[in-house]
Amino acid sequence: MSVSTTAMKRFGAGICAWFSAASIAMAFSACEVTDTGGIDDNSFNQTAWKGVLDAQEKHNISGRFLESQAETDYEANINSLLGGECDLIITVGFLLGDATKSAAETNPEQKFSIVDYSYDPAIANVLGQIYATDEAAFLAGYLAAGVSKTGVLGVFGGINIPTVTVFMDGFSRGAAYYNAQKGTNVMVLGWDPETKEGLFTNNFDSLDDGRAFAQNLYDEGADIVLPVAGPVGLGSAALADELGTDKLKIIGVDADLYFTDTEKQHVYLTSITKQMDATVLQVIESAMDGTFKGGNLLGSLANGGVDLAPFHDMDALVSDSLKQELADIRQGIIDGAIPVRP
Amino acid sequence: MTNETTDRVVKAKLIGRTDFEDMILVPVIAVVAALLLGALTMLLTNVDLATIVRSYVALAVGSFGSLNALSETLTAATPLVLAGLGLALGFRAGLFNIGAEGQILMGGMAAVIFGFSFAGLPSAILLPLSLLAGVLGGALYASIAGWLRATTGAHEVILTIMLNSIAYRLVDFMLSMPAIQKAGRADPISKPVPEAAELPRLLTWIDPNLRVHAGVFLMLAAVIVVYWVLFKSKLGFEFRASGKNPEAARFAGMRSGLIIVSAMAAAGGLAGLAGANQVLGVLGRATPGFSAGIGFTAISVALLGRSHPVGVLIAGLLFGALEAGGRQMQVDAGVSIDLISIIQALIIVFIAAPLLVRAIFPWGFRKAAGSRE
Repeated sequence: MSVSTTAMKRFGAGICAWFSAASIAMAFSACEVTDTGGIDDNSFNQTAWKGVLDAQEKHNISGRFLESQAETDYEANINSLLGGECDLIITVGFLLGDATKSAAETNPEQKFSIVDYSYDPAIANVLGQIYATDEAAFLAGYLAAGVSKTGVLGVFGGINIPTVTVFMDGFSRGAAYYNAQKGTNVMVLGWDPETKEGLFTNNFDSLDDGRAFAQNLYDEGADIVLPVAGPVGLGSAALADELGTDKLKIIGVDADLYFTDTEKQHVYLTSITKQMDATVLQVIESAMDGTFKGGNLLGSLANGGVDLAPFHDMDALVSDSLKQELADIRQGIIDGAIPVRP
Repeated sequence: MTNETTDRVVKAKLIGRTDFEDMILVPVIAVVAALLLGALTMLLTNVDLATIVRSYVALAVGSFGSLNALSETLTAATPLVLAGLGLALGFRAGLFNIGAEGQILMGGMAAVIFGFSFAGLPSAILLPLSLLAGVLGGALYASIAGWLRATTGAHEVILTIMLNSIAYRLVDFMLSMPAIQKAGRADPISKPVPEAAELPRLLTWIDPNLRVHAGVFLMLAAVIVVYWVLFKSKLGFEFRASGKNPEAARFAGMRSGLIIVSAMAAAGGLAGLAGANQVLGVLGRATPGFSAGIGFTAISVALLGRSHPVGVLIAGLLFGALEAGGRQMQVDAGVSIDLISIIQALIIVFIAAPLLVRAIFPWGFRKAAGSRE
C-alpha cells in the first residue's frame, strides 16, 4: 500500500511539476549544447552549465541542455533546439564553431553565444566568449617550476586547438620565466610553444588516456602534470592519488578542481580557472535585458575571467616568497609589464 | 487426407508460423519490452512517472511528430541502413564482420579526399565519383580482412576489430597531413568538401534547417540492390549457401576463398558508402570522430533486421528514430541521452536471445515445433 501511495504522490507531484514547467516555459529560456566531455565532466562543460544554473537561481529562468556524444552531434543538437523555444542558445567549445556559425547564419533571429570561439568578422546574433587563459597559465607555470623537486614538469592536451594550446603556451612560458629569473633549468615536457607540437590524447573523454599520458610524463621525471583535456584529467588525478602527492601533483583546468573533483581533491596543487560560469551568466543577463549584441566578450586576469585557484591542502608547499613573487607577476601581467605572449 | 499429409500440412504451418514469429513477433516484442524496461530503469533512478510519460511522448514527437523530426530520423537512419546492409550480407555468408566502423572511416576519407582533390569537376560527375571513391575505400579495406581470412584462416572477428583500431589512428594521422588538413588549423580536421561533391539537401526550400539529403535515395536503392543480389543472383546464392554450410558449398564447387573475399568487399563497400554519405551529406568534412559508432550500431541494425534487406531498412529507421527522438527526450524531459543507449542495448539483448523473449512472453508463440512431435 505504502508503495502505491508514494507512487501516486510522486505521480501527482510530477503532474504539478509538469504544469509549473509549462508556465515557466513562458519565462526566459536558455539552452546549452555541450561538447563531448559531457555535462558532468567536473571542468569545462560543467563550468559553463553552472552559469545557466546560476541564472536559473537568480532570475528564475528555465534552462535545458543537450550533450554531444560525438562530433557528428553538434549540428543535430543545435538543430533540435531551434524552433523558437530557446531565447538564447549557448554552445560550449571551440569545436562547435562551424556548426554554430552555420546555424546562426540560417537563423538570424535566434540569439547565440559560444564559449571559446570568436568570429572574424563578428556575426550579429552571436556573442563569442573568449579567455586570455595564458595569463593564468603563466602563473601556474611559474608556480609549478618553483614547487617541483625534480625540475621536470609535464603537460598534455586534448585536441590541438587554440583554446587548449593557449593553456600549454602560458604554462611553458611561465616556467621559462622562472628559469630566466632564477637561473634554473626547469624543463616542460609535452609542449613546445615555438613549434606548436606536443602531446595530445585526441579526445576529451578517455580517462584511460589521462592516466596513461600522466604515467608517461611521470616516468620521464615529471612531478607536476597539467592535463588540459576536461574529464581526461580525472584519469591523471587517479594516478596521482595512487602514487602519492609527494611523487605526482596535478594542476586542474577550467574549474577549481578542488571543489568539483572532491574525491581526489588532495592531488591538485592548484587550478587554472576560466570563469565560464560568470561570462555565461553575464550573456544570459544581457539577453534578458535586451543589451545583447554580437561580438566578443574577453575574460582576462584583469577582470577575473581567468585566474589561479588557491592552493588549498598544498598551501604549505608554496613558500611565502614564492607567493609574493606570484602576486608581483600577476600585477605585472595586468599592467602589461610582463609580456605573456612573445 | 491421409495422416501423413495432415502431418505435413501441420508441419508446414508450424514452420511458416515460426518464421513469422522470428521475423516479426520477436523484434516487435523486443522493442516493446526494451521500452518498458527503460521506463523501469528511469523509475529506479528516481525519475517520476510524469517525466517518464513526458520523455516517451518526446521520443515519439522527436522521431515522427514533425517534418523536422522525420528529416532527422531519416538523416540518422541512412548510414545505419547502408552499413547494416553490408553487415547483413556478411552475416548471410557466415562472416561476422565487426569492421564496419573502420570501413566507414576509410570510405569517408576516400570520399572527402577525392571530393576536394577534384573540386573543379561539375557536380554531375564529381558527386557520383566521390561516392564511388567511398565505396572502393571501404571495399578495399574490408577485403584485407577477407583476404587474410581466406588465405590464412585468421578469424574475421579479430581481424576486423584490429583493423578498426588501425583505421582510427590512420584517420588521425591522415587528418594531420598537410595535403588533407584544413589550412590554418592545428587539430585533425580535413579540408571541406566542395559544394559540387555534397549530397544535396532535399527540403531546404521549406525550412533551411531541414537536414535530410539525397542519401535517402542511396539508401532505398541499396536496399533493392542488396535484395536482388542476395536472393536473385548466383553470387547471392553462393553467399547464402556457404553461410549455411561451407563444407557443402565447397563440395558443390563453390570457391570459398573467393566468396569470403567478395562478401567482405561487398560489405565494406556498403559501409564505405555509409561513410561517404556522412561526410558528403551531413558533415561536409572529416574529423577523427566522424564514424561516431555507426559501424557498431549497424551490427545491431543487421541483427534486428534478421539480415534481411527489408528488415534492415525497418530496423535502421527504428534506430534512427531512437536517435532523433532521444535528443528530444533530453531537451523536453531532461532525461539523459544515455538512456537511449540502454534501450538500444536492451533491444539487442532480446533480439540476440529469442528464447529469452519466448520464455518471458510465452503467449503469442506456438510451442517449439520439436516439442510437438
